[in-house]
Amino acid sequence: MAASLSRSGQAKHRKPFPTHIIVFLAPAVFVYGLFMIYPLFDSLRLGFFAQVTRGVEQFVGFDNYVTLMTDDVILQPRLLNALKNSFLFFAVNMLVQNPIALMLAAVLSTKTRGGLLYRILIFSPAILSLAIAGFVWRLVLSPLWGIVYDILKALGLGAYAQPWLGLESTALITLALISAWQFLGIPMMLYYATLISIPNDLFEAAYVDGATDWQIFWRIKLPLLMPMIGIISLLTYIGNFNAFDVIFALKGADAGPNYASDTMMTFFYRTFFGSGFQKADPHMGAAVAGTMFVILMAGVLIYFFIRQRITSYEL
Amino acid sequence: MAWNTDADKKRMRNYMSGVDLRHLTTKVLKHWMLIAFALLSTAPVALVVINSFKARRAIFRNPYHLPNAETFDLVGYETVFAKSQFHVYYFNSLFVTLTALALILLFGTMVAFALAEYSFPGNNLLRLFFLLGIIIPIRLGSVSLLRLIDSLDLIGTLWALIVVYIAGGLPFAVFILTQFMSQVPGELKDAARVDGASEYRVFWLILPIIRPATGTVAAISIIPMWNDLWFPLVLAPGEATRTVTLGAQQFMGQFSNDWNALLAALSLSSVPVLIIYFISSKQLLQGLTAGALKN
Repeated sequence: MAASLSRSGQAKHRKPFPTHIIVFLAPAVFVYGLFMIYPLFDSLRLGFFAQVTRGVEQFVGFDNYVTLMTDDVILQPRLLNALKNSFLFFAVNMLVQNPIALMLAAVLSTKTRGGLLYRILIFSPAILSLAIAGFVWRLVLSPLWGIVYDILKALGLGAYAQPWLGLESTALITLALISAWQFLGIPMMLYYATLISIPNDLFEAAYVDGATDWQIFWRIKLPLLMPMIGIISLLTYIGNFNAFDVIFALKGADAGPNYASDTMMTFFYRTFFGSGFQKADPHMGAAVAGTMFVILMAGVLIYFFIRQRITSYEL
Repeated sequence: MAWNTDADKKRMRNYMSGVDLRHLTTKVLKHWMLIAFALLSTAPVALVVINSFKARRAIFRNPYHLPNAETFDLVGYETVFAKSQFHVYYFNSLFVTLTALALILLFGTMVAFALAEYSFPGNNLLRLFFLLGIIIPIRLGSVSLLRLIDSLDLIGTLWALIVVYIAGGLPFAVFILTQFMSQVPGELKDAARVDGASEYRVFWLILPIIRPATGTVAAISIIPMWNDLWFPLVLAPGEATRTVTLGAQQFMGQFSNDWNALLAALSLSSVPVLIIYFISSKQLLQGLTAGALKN
């Protein structure tokens, strides 16, 4: 920072009014401010309003939030269910995708013949849209086609085959696993990049001292990976709290069966636009978005809190 | 260098004492695992594409066989082309993502240049302002965004998607590009200034230097725009403005029992993207690696 501020030439070019700075900044600040920052805060504002008669809005304070948390006919049970499911969706991704990505990166960062090809192939699903990848899995998991059943049978696990996407008890986990499968390449690449940036001298010194590969991983590589593990956890949290596409594409806005795969984002969509048993209510929708905003921010704050507590090693 | 020789000695010791057998086992295990994951990542899509060229019976009888003269059938593709407008979806997706991408890169490099080059009051505040957009998903502003787009008469147009994607893509682009911009040597810019170049000219001159970074940002920005389902659904759901993702999703919802059509629609929406990916994957992954290291 200090270097970038001190070295440039503006000292020599003192101008009365820095028009050029304004010109450089204006387009981005305008578009980003108008179409992102303004709607985000205006949505928060709308959460405190309600429509009294057609076209007339009235300030109602926390009424929407209170209704959201106490209406035991529709809203409150749906909210609690969606919250639980969103955390479960995040947890599955965190516990399945993250360790596998780390393991693959650890293996790939050692000298591996064909390493680039493996990385290209494992990363490839991440460029597809979740709706498309989800549908691919819907076909592969379909009892009608029986692909997964064939594979389980070949592995001697035929008895465990079930239509996971259709069952209330397994639908959400299956959707979360599809999402974990699809984006496995992203954390893998980030871990890989961190691992190959560790200078070799560090391992060679350890080798000389008689350390095994295993010890080197746990004692040297893992501590150096801690900051990246934190960043990826945060990204996973933010990304999965948005989970919508795969659920909407495979299960529709009602996130069936019986709301078993309903997350905060599908709940937000239903509250906003209405569907089936719920009438469209943009103000209530804004309150749901406001709730999500608070939960996201809480997660981000927890991340920064933990990061300050943990000693991180810099190269 | 001394380390190297010592490490070599150590390896030699291991080799002599029969540890090489363990090394070989590890190596084999390693490749088995990588092959398994590579298969898991690619086989589902491959199966879909292979079976999209088969007659219905062959899809279910022997899904693992390549189509042959007897089973080859394009009926799925015929249904897709007759009942949907995939060429329109592709045009829409290309128009939206490329326009948005060009403007993200232009506006993003301009801001990055200003943030990295000039110290002005509010510089740090502006960085925070853009950082906010990385943390908060733009989808949470949808209620207000829909009204805004409506009041601008942009509902149901591709421009609705373009402006929203520019706004959503800028924070990340600014974040990465600013890091790269602040590494461009100052002498270069000062030399240009001494020659009497205006600030705009200086900006123009250093653009080629940060081209690798723009490539990375482009690749990472275009993927979520192309794949987004939320905003096409919320802002431009009409048939004429459908993107590939929304068009495929709607088509598959409609034809959920026609397996030939499903497989063809899935192939049509994934294969072109995958081809572009495989052609550019080396640069993309290297860019990702370099980008991650910078941050």
